[in-house]
Amino acid sequence: MSTLTKQTLSHLDWLEAEAIHILREVAGQCANPVLLFSGGKDSLCLLRLAEKAFRPGRFPFPLLHIDTGHNYREVTDFRDRRAAELGERLIVRSVEDSMTRGTVVLKHAGESRNKHQSVTLLEAIEEFGFDACIGGARRDEEKARAKERIMSFRDEFGQWDPKNQRPELWNLYNARSHKGENIRAFPISNWTELDVWQYIQRERLELPSIYFAHTRPVVRKNGLLQPVTELTPAKDGDVVEDVLVRFRTVGDITCTAPVESDADTLDKILAETATTTITERGATRMDDQTSEASMEQRKKEGYF
Amino acid sequence: MSALENLPEIDNGLLRFLTCGSVDDGKSTLIGRLLFDSKTILADTLNAIEKTSARRGMSAVDLSLLTDGLQAEREQGITIDVAYRYFTTGRRKYIIADAPGHEQYTRNMVTAASTANLAIILVDARKGVQVQTRRHSYLASLVGIPHLIVAVNKMDLVDYDQASFERIKADYLAFAGQLGIRDVRFIPLSALNGDMIVDRGERLGWYQGPTLLEILESAPAAHTERAENFRFPVQFVCRPHDSANPELHDYRGFMGRVESGEITVGDAVTVLPSGASSRVKAIELGGVPLPKAIHEQSVTLLLEDEIDISRGDIIVKSAEAPEPVKQIDATVCWLSETPLSPARTYLVRHTTREVKARLAKIDYRLELNTLAHEPASGLAMNDIARVTLKLAQPIVADRYADNRATGAFIIIDESTNNTVGAGMIG
Ligand SMILES: Nc1nc2c(ncn2[C@@H]2O[C@H](COP(=O)(O)OP(=O)(O)O)[C@@H](O)[C@H]2O)c(=O)[nH]1
Repeated sequence: MSTLTKQTLSHLDWLEAEAIHILREVAGQCANPVLLFSGGKDSLCLLRLAEKAFRPGRFPFPLLHIDTGHNYREVTDFRDRRAAELGERLIVRSVEDSMTRGTVVLKHAGESRNKHQSVTLLEAIEEFGFDACIGGARRDEEKARAKERIMSFRDEFGQWDPKNQRPELWNLYNARSHKGENIRAFPISNWTELDVWQYIQRERLELPSIYFAHTRPVVRKNGLLQPVTELTPAKDGDVVEDVLVRFRTVGDITCTAPVESDADTLDKILAETATTTITERGATRMDDQTSEASMEQRKKEGYF
Repeated sequence: MSALENLPEIDNGLLRFLTCGSVDDGKSTLIGRLLFDSKTILADTLNAIEKTSARRGMSAVDLSLLTDGLQAEREQGITIDVAYRYFTTGRRKYIIADAPGHEQYTRNMVTAASTANLAIILVDARKGVQVQTRRHSYLASLVGIPHLIVAVNKMDLVDYDQASFERIKADYLAFAGQLGIRDVRFIPLSALNGDMIVDRGERLGWYQGPTLLEILESAPAAHTERAENFRFPVQFVCRPHDSANPELHDYRGFMGRVESGEITVGDAVTVLPSGASSRVKAIELGGVPLPKAIHEQSVTLLLEDEIDISRGDIIVKSAEAPEPVKQIDATVCWLSETPLSPARTYLVRHTTREVKARLAKIDYRLELNTLAHEPASGLAMNDIARVTLKLAQPIVADRYADNRATGAFIIIDESTNNTVGAGMIG
């Protein structure tokens, strides 16, 4: 094989160009798309990519957050501020409203609301008539996602049928849907956790403070650090410790665990990510530990 | 290699490759080995597969479990779809498309190959070149993969015998000439023991060539080394209409990706199919000006003249403008369980343009095992055929052999919106 002569893009530039292309395809092919924005690092990358794709114009879609009501204040405040800075419209729909309507029924008061986000998301899709939801999921996150399409088709019930997905060739994405059906579009499918952190560093993206090392009261349980909060108080016999931690994903308080870390800068987080020995979800998602296939199950029910 | 060295220092771009082989040739083990030896497998994942390996009574960790698929697949004991895997070395990021080798193979392999620049074709050292090997090689060349690596695996089972390897190489070269594959490399491996993948191992001293990873690290990232014509399909038109900002009042940005070639501010361009001409006034990304844009870059073009341009149009350099066509000859792979119906109208999606299309004729269907041409009146899933399509509106196409982006299209069934076929013009 000959030596490299032709000028090619660096890997981050290539990933960025691909993601911009996907975002523009969604905007070009879909009548009423929406971008799912949580304030987390993956969706913050999506926002930067959308700026690169559509500025100086406005985004051709609003932002939507499905709020479990169990998010860290640092993250929801950041979410609101970021949307305001961008001058884009943010829609928030909450799982608590679905509970009031009776469409979400918890098995018990302490049950995680995380998986019930699917119901609220489907209700929002119906309310606004969205035909596509842009999400920040990545194929490297979990086994069940390795075969996910960039444009993933969901039926009228929001269900993902792994056997009924469209072949995806070249960069000819097929985002067509009939009324009531929905496309989930994943512009950063081909990114890994390390790519995300490298991009955040390169683009100097601001992040919610809890991504960086801070001291927090936690209880050690099943190899995970469980944060002690109003929602998740210590139980009798629990040993509460103040530990230097950071979050690698920011989700529902009841099911997102921090990891022990002194990484208080992006450089340190990057170094730690490159040497880390635990996958992102394995370290931090308490609900994923219960079943290897739990993500796949949730996706079938209409989760991202 | 320690994990910290995995942080790319010298960025040698991104390489997408595909692995193919018959069932049990060792594809999963090979991918597992690449991920494992490049330290891309993380502790909790390794822990889980160690437990599973022990539960199944195995003494060593079964690396093929790393690529174990979905629950539905595990229950049925088959793999049904293309999976994508990622790993990074000190120099490069890799995306592996892993296509399973069952009945739906042609469809899956064509899908996986469409985005790949290199293919690893696995051969079992004990079995040598098989019918499947020829099929995979043919499909790889059909989809225009410029670099092939024939990996002769399970060398440990033939006592690392050089003569076995040379025999397979000679057999392969005997038919590769027919397929017009230019760049083929051969490498002996043991995926199970990790010989010649990342480390050279002790037993293949007679092989002087590079390891598999060394080949991957030095393979060109660009699909072709040839200079290509500039092609810029318009995805989206940006008209901010910002009354508060008079500078933006007349802003018209044509957003898209440079599918081939490159463009510089000042270049003379033509918009097709209308044929209107202008010059590039500015190139931007996210509102920031750039002097030029290269292959695969997503940018926004601003032109000097006010021309009516919309999604589906394509901007080319005036000196390299092709003629729009309303009929195309193509090689098509049928992807759907529902056969092609010659009487129906389909939708062809070519770059960012969708046009209605009907089958004019099927020249022949290709018998993949023998490469013989057979007459056909319809197409079923996994069939590959030469066809002629009539289009309701013109498209701006190149031959697939000359341009992978403007030579490719997909066929959509409007009743289901499914992608039912993939085509290569030429
Ligand atoms: N002896 C030996 N066995 C191998 C080698 N590579 C794979 N295998 C075994 O061959 C079987 C099939 O391998 P697998 O990776 O699952 O094949 P796939 O169907 O192509 O993915 C497994 O039992 C592997 O352990 C090798 O290099 N040497």
